[in-house]
Amino acid sequence: MKLLKQLALGSAFAFAMLASQAHADTVKIGLVVKSLGNGFFEAANKGAQEAAKELGDVEVIYTGPTSTTAEGQIEVINALIAQNVNAIAISANDPDAVIPALKKAMARGIKVISWDSAVAKDGRIMHLNPSSNELIGKMCLQLAADHLKDGKGDFAILSATTTSTNQNTWIEEMKKQLPNFPGLNLVTTVYGDDLSDKSYREAQGLLTSQPNVKVIVAPTTVGVLAASQAVADAKKIGDVYVTGLGLPSEMAGAIKSGATKEFAIWNPIDLGYSATQIAYRLVKGETDGAPGSEIAAGRMGKIKVGDNGEAAMADPFVYDAKNIDQFSKMF
Amino acid sequence: MIRQLFKFREMLLVIIIAILLAVFSTRSQGFATPGNLANIFNDTSILIILALGQMTVILTKSIDLSVAANVAFTGMAVGMLNAAQPELPLMLILVVALGIGGVLGAINGMFVWKLNIPSIVVTLGTLTIYRGMAFVLSGGAWVNAHQMTAPFLQTPRQLFLGLPILGWTAIVIVAVMYLVMSRTFLGRAIYASGGNPTAAVYAGIDVGRTRFFAFVISGTLAGLCGYLWVSRYAVGYVDIAAGFELDTVAACVIGGISTLGGIGSVAGAVLGALFLGVIKNALPVINISPFAQMAISGSVIITAVIFNARQERRRGRIILRDRGASEQIEVAA
Repeated sequence: MKLLKQLALGSAFAFAMLASQAHADTVKIGLVVKSLGNGFFEAANKGAQEAAKELGDVEVIYTGPTSTTAEGQIEVINALIAQNVNAIAISANDPDAVIPALKKAMARGIKVISWDSAVAKDGRIMHLNPSSNELIGKMCLQLAADHLKDGKGDFAILSATTTSTNQNTWIEEMKKQLPNFPGLNLVTTVYGDDLSDKSYREAQGLLTSQPNVKVIVAPTTVGVLAASQAVADAKKIGDVYVTGLGLPSEMAGAIKSGATKEFAIWNPIDLGYSATQIAYRLVKGETDGAPGSEIAAGRMGKIKVGDNGEAAMADPFVYDAKNIDQFSKMF
Repeated sequence: MIRQLFKFREMLLVIIIAILLAVFSTRSQGFATPGNLANIFNDTSILIILALGQMTVILTKSIDLSVAANVAFTGMAVGMLNAAQPELPLMLILVVALGIGGVLGAINGMFVWKLNIPSIVVTLGTLTIYRGMAFVLSGGAWVNAHQMTAPFLQTPRQLFLGLPILGWTAIVIVAVMYLVMSRTFLGRAIYASGGNPTAAVYAGIDVGRTRFFAFVISGTLAGLCGYLWVSRYAVGYVDIAAGFELDTVAACVIGGISTLGGIGSVAGAVLGALFLGVIKNALPVINISPFAQMAISGSVIITAVIFNARQERRRGRIILRDRGASEQIEVAA
């Protein structure tokens, strides 16, 4: 036990030494992820490093626990405080458990933001959402229009369960924004319950009962995959397309078969890039991150902070045959 | 003549299914075409195979609620095996699937046989355990289509005489199960140990051992379905076939297999599964609100159970069932 304590003290001391040696003008940003070794966060780090290079005087410290626990993140946060970082950008394993550690950091003048997975309001200056319901709804419609000739024609939605909150919110947003896409016609919404067999059958049903439907939009991975398989098995690839939201690693097969031309999900590289940009602006005092303010984030444009200090980064990123191989290895 | 035909419950089911098909085809053109019927049969194949396993267990007065979890675990395992070792031949993977499924079934069987725990309790436990094991095995990660090899994915889809191999697999299993149930000692022992355990014991049948083998059959078939499921939907994840055990029980009940054991036939289980398959395939195409679909599926099953209960009352084959059951306990003690 004593040895452990000594070791801990020793390493903390070593960190402090390193910290004081660093160039005084360098902005040090701790990028805390849910767990190390996860492709999604490795990609976010890639974006953060890109932002660091672009900004010049930034050093990004990519760190996180080995398993997705709040305890592990608290240790990591304490270590970052000891390293005298200027900012912490965290994707939290628990919205509340990390607050005391983050408050301690803020008390020492460290700018704290959360990204991807939020920290409750008290524990951060602002939170960066990968996207917003409104943007996701718009993106789903855009994907449907992209698969149709001149963006005109019939499409159907294949959702999860009838009671799924985020699915229903997205479908609601799609219906709300439908008038912005003239010629695009929503024929029906069916529910596959996020079960592969039921989703498959519902997609098959759409193929037979709604021959006019040329695009099936599924805002859930199980749905996109099952519908792609149904289209492939019905030999209707090229005639009917499937699109929606899904992870690249899960969707790679559907892209290869041709049943899906493109689909969307947030881009972790952009997310890490934006989080780093925002943290940098906060440290430099260019913005206070208060609700209503706008933060410049390099190539991502201006990010507007909304209610509760939450900001939406951008439209979901579109994946297709050109970039799927690159991203399917990441997440 | 017609009354004679109606005596067979199976015949009645055939007629009901035919009426259903006729009604559905008025609402959706092309529903009853041979091509679509082949599709429905193919889609129902997995349910048919699982229902036959469930039937074997129910006939011995037990129930296997862990079949769907077994499908999930075996499916995950063979999917991961295929992704990790793409050079392994499909035959070997099939053997592994049957083996894993059989072992999981044997675990259920041992508890029921050696520890005399009611099967509903055992399999309710293993249902969560097996699915949990699938999670531990995979760490929650998915096995995706692009990780699996072409033979693994495409073999069940190959057409042979107009029907995919998946459908043929079901036909072969039906034939094998028919022979096992009607022509082998084990088959007759299964009927006997559910129909009248006391008489079965007097006839020299080890009821516990028979139940054990029923669970092994159910598990092995579930293992086979694990592979078929992952291959059919081209994705493996922990939640595959969630809740499917209830479909297999429903297929058996609709097919006239008595939940009290001893009564039922292979044809009944197959027709019960087909009945569910027709409804499942029809609901998406006949424009019924998704909110009403679940209610419809449920009421159909309840109707079948009511019908089943009435049907059983008329039968008088098993005399003094209650006494037989209580004596069974004495014998076991």
